[in-house]
Parts: sequence; C-alpha cells; structure tokens
Amino acid sequence: MRESALQVEGITHVYVSERGASLALDDISFAIRAGEFVSLVGPSGCGKTTLLSIMAGLIVPTRGTVVFPETGSSPGASSRIGYMLQQDYLFPWRTILDNVLLGLELRGRVAEERREWVLQLLDELGLLQVKDRYPHQLSGGMRQRAALVRTLATEPDLLLLDEPFSALDYQTRLQLEELILDILRMHNKTALLVTHDIAEAVAMSDRVLVMERNPGRIRHELSVPDAVRLVSPIEARETRGFHSLFHEIWRELEDPDSKEGRT
Amino acid sequence: MKRDLEEERLRLTQQAHRAYLNERKRIRLHVRITQLTLLVLFFGLWEWAGRSGRIDTLLFSYPSKIIRLLSEMTGDGSLFPHIGMTVTETVIGFVLGTIMGTAVAVLLWWSPFAERVLDPFIVVLNSMPKVALGPLFIVGLGPGMLSIIGTTLAVNVIITTLVIYASFREVEPGYTKVVRLLGGSRSQEFRKVIFPAAYPAIVSTLKVNVGLSWIGVIVGEFLVSQKGLGYLIVYGFQVFNFTLVLGTLFLIAIVATFMYQAVAWAERKLVSTKQG
Repeated sequence: MRESALQVEGITHVYVSERGASLALDDISFAIRAGEFVSLVGPSGCGKTTLLSIMAGLIVPTRGTVVFPETGSSPGASSRIGYMLQQDYLFPWRTILDNVLLGLELRGRVAEERREWVLQLLDELGLLQVKDRYPHQLSGGMRQRAALVRTLATEPDLLLLDEPFSALDYQTRLQLEELILDILRMHNKTALLVTHDIAEAVAMSDRVLVMERNPGRIRHELSVPDAVRLVSPIEARETRGFHSLFHEIWRELEDPDSKEGRT
Repeated sequence: MKRDLEEERLRLTQQAHRAYLNERKRIRLHVRITQLTLLVLFFGLWEWAGRSGRIDTLLFSYPSKIIRLLSEMTGDGSLFPHIGMTVTETVIGFVLGTIMGTAVAVLLWWSPFAERVLDPFIVVLNSMPKVALGPLFIVGLGPGMLSIIGTTLAVNVIITTLVIYASFREVEPGYTKVVRLLGGSRSQEFRKVIFPAAYPAIVSTLKVNVGLSWIGVIVGEFLVSQKGLGYLIVYGFQVFNFTLVLGTLFLIAIVATFMYQAVAWAERKLVSTKQG
C-alpha cells in the first residue's frame, strides 16, 4: 500500500451563529493515498462542503487536524491544495489565459516555464484555440475546463473537487468526467470529489466514502473493484459490478436510521 | 422559379428595413422641430412680454437685454474670471470628492470593524442636508476657495462612498473565494477582484458627482466669495440687477451641460477600454 498523501484526523466542527450552535461535523477521520481518487457522497446538509473548506484551510475546525504526513505540515491555503468550485467563477474581465494564470500571478511567479506548462495544460484540455477569448464567449463545459486548468496551474498535490459537474448538462458532464480523470491520472494527482451523484462517485473513484447528516459523520466506506475502477467513467456505468455498488450506496443513503440519527 | 422567390423575399426585407429607417428619421425630425418650436416660443413670448411691458422688466428682464449684457461683459473681459473660478472649483471638488469617497469605501471594505463603527455616523451624515454645514466651513477654512471646496466635498463624498461601497459588496463572493483558495492576500483580493469588478460602477458615479459638485460650488459661492458664477447671482440679486442673475443662470446651464457631457464621454472611454 502506498503512503497516504493526506490524513484527516478527528475533525469536529461546530457552526456558531447568533441564534445558536450546531454540530456540523463529528469526528471525521480518513486518509487518502497518493494518486488515489476518493469520492465523498452524502445527502445535502451533511457538511461535505464544510469539510472541504476545512481541508483547504478556509475554515479552522473546532477540533482535529488535516496533515500531509510527508512533511508534517497542515495545508492552510497552501499551494499543495487545489480547489475546484461548483461554478467556474472565471473573471469576466480577463481572457481565458489571464484567468488560468491567476494562481501563478497571485504568487508572483509567472515565469516562462510555468507559462509553457499552463499552455500545455490548455492544449490537453482543448482550450488552446480559445485562450484569448473571454469567459462569456465559451460554453459551460469549456469554462469548467478552464477552471480546472486554473486549479492545476499551481501544481497542487491534492485536488478538492466540490461538485464541479453539477451545473453542467448530462452529456457535457460525462465527457468532462472522463477528461478530468484522464488528466489527473496522467499527472498522477490525488483527488477528493464531493458529489451527491452516486453514479458519478462510483464511475470515477477508487474509493467512496458515504456521509450522513445531523451531525455529519462518515457512515460507510467502500472500495471500487478494479473491473469498474480501471475503465473510463462511461464504460464503468455499463460494467456488471457497477449497479450493485450503486445500490449499496443508495441503501446507505436511504437507511431510515440516518434520518432519525443513531445517537 | 425558386430563385425568383428568394429575390422576392430579399426585396421584401430590404423594403421593410428602408421603411423602418425612414420612419425613425421622420420621428427624430419631428422631435427636433417640436423642441426648437418650444424654445423659440418661450424666448419669443418672453421677449415680447418684456418689450411690450406685460411683465416687469426690472424683475424678469428679457432675452435680448440679457444677451447684450453678456456680450458686453465678454467684451470687457469681466466675465471669464467668474466662469474660470467656478469651473476650477467644480473640477477640484469633483476630483477630490471622487478620490476621497472611493478611499473611504475602500476603508469600509477593508475593515469590517471600521464599517460597523462608522455605519451610524454615515447614516446621520447622509440624511443631513450637507449645505447646512456651509457656515462651519467658512469659520474653519476661511472665506475663500477652501470653504467652497469644503462645502462641495460635504455634498458629494458621502454619496460617493455609499454608492461605491455598495458596488464592492455586490461583487460575487465566489470570485474572492477563488483568490483566497489560490493563496491570495486581502490586498490581492481587492486589486484582482473587487476593484476590476466594481470599476464600471465607480465610473458611473462620476456623472452623479458632477451634478452634486455644481450644487456644492454654487451654494458655497452664495455664502462666501468675491468671484464666480454663484457670486454673480448673489451680487445681481443684491443690486437688483436681474438681467445679470438670469444671464448667469443661462451661463451655468451651458457650462454644467458641457461638463456633464465631457464626463459622460470620459465614462464611455473608460469602460470600453477596460471591458473586452
């Protein structure tokens, strides 16, 4: 077994507001191995996005830590983590190229070789011809691809994908799933995908973590067998093992226990 | 056969387009003629009423008398110092007001603490008729150009602050989140996202500010001045020379319109070069 790229240890988070406090995440622990693709599925309101924000260093958890065992450092808003949002949020006043160079620009290192690398990424994602266009001139799928390039440009070790396909139509979505998986494998990136689409989680991942809500906990974990895992997301949906996995997760999410809570 | 049909259709669309253009031209012409008629009618009636003694010419004067006075003042060079003074004050007040208003808006955005502290003060200052502060400026800044500019700033800074700060807050939070996720600092958040996103809104406050600056300057000159268009109005009123008062009003209308158009032109330039 390869060494884990990232360890989440006992993350507990309490949301506080004027009206009161609520337990959003309860003792979440898991590890992701280098090069692994893990999905996190769960009902809405189970704290998936909160967990990602904590991992990205945007929120400080009430208790618990996120560490890269390799260096022993916690991520903060470091260059080691790349975050892809549900919407592309490309700046409308910048061209595609200027948008994807944003991360490098913020760190003050738009060196020529970095530029080359970004141009190569644009090429791999079929965006080289449109690099001088503005975001509003591109389709939703192209924009989300540009957002991926922007995330990858800073060469993060771990990618956090926060439902990046949910705003796209079904066909674009399948194409993008495949493209992103290829790119991540090619560059040997580790990724954590948050989604509420069970089929997407099974088709793309090596491992799926199922969450429940009130409070947010990891309820179940399952590994995707090689037969499903090693083929493309579109083919995976047609393999024999796919549906049993789908139903296994479905049952976990449907379980009445999860609604009433088991405390 | 098919070709004939196509030609027929082409002719039809062209005809419709021509008719549409002609119709627009006709309406435009009618609007212009009506506007001109109204003007001629207004000034003609005024002139006639003045000359025939239907109105008191001491109070209301009449157009040809006003024009004669203005051309005399242009001739002996006594008019331009007044125009120059007022325009200078308006431009300084306008530029300073825009810069200061933007600076305060940036401060409010930068520090949520400052925003909460200053909020009630801004509400009070905003609801206050700012020109009422005029006497205070005269006492504090002396009877001169400084207090006139002070009055102008009192009128336009708060509004500028509020409008620009509101435009900062309207920027989609997703954009700033992108910058934070990529490791950007708060000042980068401002420079890379907030400012460029709010830029069109900032530019559009310029037009409002010109109008406000005129109010500030004229009121300031009413209160204290030896030169300027506001001074001419007050002076004319005091010596009962209403020809001078009306002539000055006429000049203000022209100069203010000219300045407004210049800002509107600058606004178009500024926004079009920024937005691709």
